[in-house]
Amino acid sequence: MSNVPSDLKYAKSHEWVRVNGDTATVGITDHAQHELTDVVFVELPALNRALKAGEACAVVESVKTASDIYSPVSGQVVEINKAVVDNPALVNTDPYAGGWFYKIKLSQPAEVNTLLTPAQYTAQISGS
Amino acid sequence: MLKRTPLFQLHQGLGGRLVEFGGWEMPVQYTSIMDEHLAVRKAAGIFDISHMGEVLANGAGAEEFLNQTLTNDIRKLAVGQGQYTLMCNERGGVIDDLYVYRLASSEYLLIINASRIDPDVAWLQQQLGFFPKRDAVLLQNMSDHAGAAAVQGPRVVDFIDKCFSGGSTGGAVVSRASELKKNQIAQFQFAGQPAWVGRTGYTGEDGFEVIVPAGIIAAVWSSLSTAGRQYGLQPAGLGARDTLRTEVCYPLYGHELDEQTTPMEAGLGSFVAFDKGEFVGRTALAGQKAAGVGKKCVAFKMTDKSAPPRPHYPIWSTGPDAAVIGEVVSGTQSPSLGIGIGMGYVKPEFAKPQTVIEIEIRGKRSPAMIVSKPLYRKPV
Repeated sequence: MSNVPSDLKYAKSHEWVRVNGDTATVGITDHAQHELTDVVFVELPALNRALKAGEACAVVESVKTASDIYSPVSGQVVEINKAVVDNPALVNTDPYAGGWFYKIKLSQPAEVNTLLTPAQYTAQISGS
Repeated sequence: MLKRTPLFQLHQGLGGRLVEFGGWEMPVQYTSIMDEHLAVRKAAGIFDISHMGEVLANGAGAEEFLNQTLTNDIRKLAVGQGQYTLMCNERGGVIDDLYVYRLASSEYLLIINASRIDPDVAWLQQQLGFFPKRDAVLLQNMSDHAGAAAVQGPRVVDFIDKCFSGGSTGGAVVSRASELKKNQIAQFQFAGQPAWVGRTGYTGEDGFEVIVPAGIIAAVWSSLSTAGRQYGLQPAGLGARDTLRTEVCYPLYGHELDEQTTPMEAGLGSFVAFDKGEFVGRTALAGQKAAGVGKKCVAFKMTDKSAPPRPHYPIWSTGPDAAVIGEVVSGTQSPSLGIGIGMGYVKPEFAKPQTVIEIEIRGKRSPAMIVSKPLYRKPV
């Protein structure tokens, strides 16, 4: 059973968001890493890049395939996780902590309310 | 509607992730590609290859018919021996690459690609129609009636005899499967039914492929799994099968090979026996051998940290005149080497090992180098 922490918000496309004031941290869910298996490469958005919600902004590569990652929220990228670029396996081993992707300064904070709750996301992945 | 092998339910039970491959619904992985790949390199893996096609050619004319339909010299096969070979059209383009085994003095078994069963059988029938002694050849497409499994890895030889022993009843004369030499095949009795066991594979490891009536493939799989468990045998999917074959530079039809590509271009000239007489494609291939090819299949390694190369990525030359010189046909992260590897077709002037190239990945070029095949060699 996939881990779905109760303090996060989720996108249908399997990203998680942790809001802290006007900034949010973004990564991919335990369910997503489990589906991908063996992450071997992570490409993150450039620092300071402005992102719109739903925009493809990162790529995760497993042995078999490349998968786009979509920003769940709009804003400007203020920090990227160099550790996950150096060690992509963190996405598999620690998706909600060491395996985070980027931090974004929210330009549309209200978007967070449109994201899935843990219960809604759990329902989505158990239905699939 | 995708086709399913007789082991479909077993894959579901094992938690296999099922995907489409060549019209079949097949397990791409059970645990992870990396995990299954390394199990095959270090211990043993078992693959369902029931999707592959089996065609029997029987009769006094079978040898001559196959020798003019396939590129390799079939007359070199003793009973119980097999060889890698290709089937080409008149232009030298590859219709399929396959293994042909001589099961008995005038009986041959062709193991063909799953995605090519229909075109292969149609081509063979058509060629047989042109063959003067066609009444002396019986072609039978057994693909829907056969099941097959491959057991691959350095530990397989330690347990294969638990499943197949008691003396062969056809093909090579051996008392147990482990006595088979590379490319040999023998028939054993399994649950009172004939089981053909060939010492070959598609991984670069020692191993065996087992071809049986579809009705007993589940029992054969179960027997091999039980015998291999203590040696670290794991079920392995098509994902690992692809990374394993890519590391040792075996071609995969639809990637390295198609009807527009010749064995000469693919680097498979050693499986074309020009000295055996006439065969389909000979004129075109001999012409290409004399005049040279317009593209060559090369192996390459990424030389910096980069995303893995994938099929269809452009290959570039370097320097002030940098230009697109070819295209990737197979690419992956190598589980054994920990870097991106692949194969691609380039213009011949760029095909030499140590040539520095670049692979274009999502609009950005990453450095790579052409290297000699295979990309991975077993440590000795």
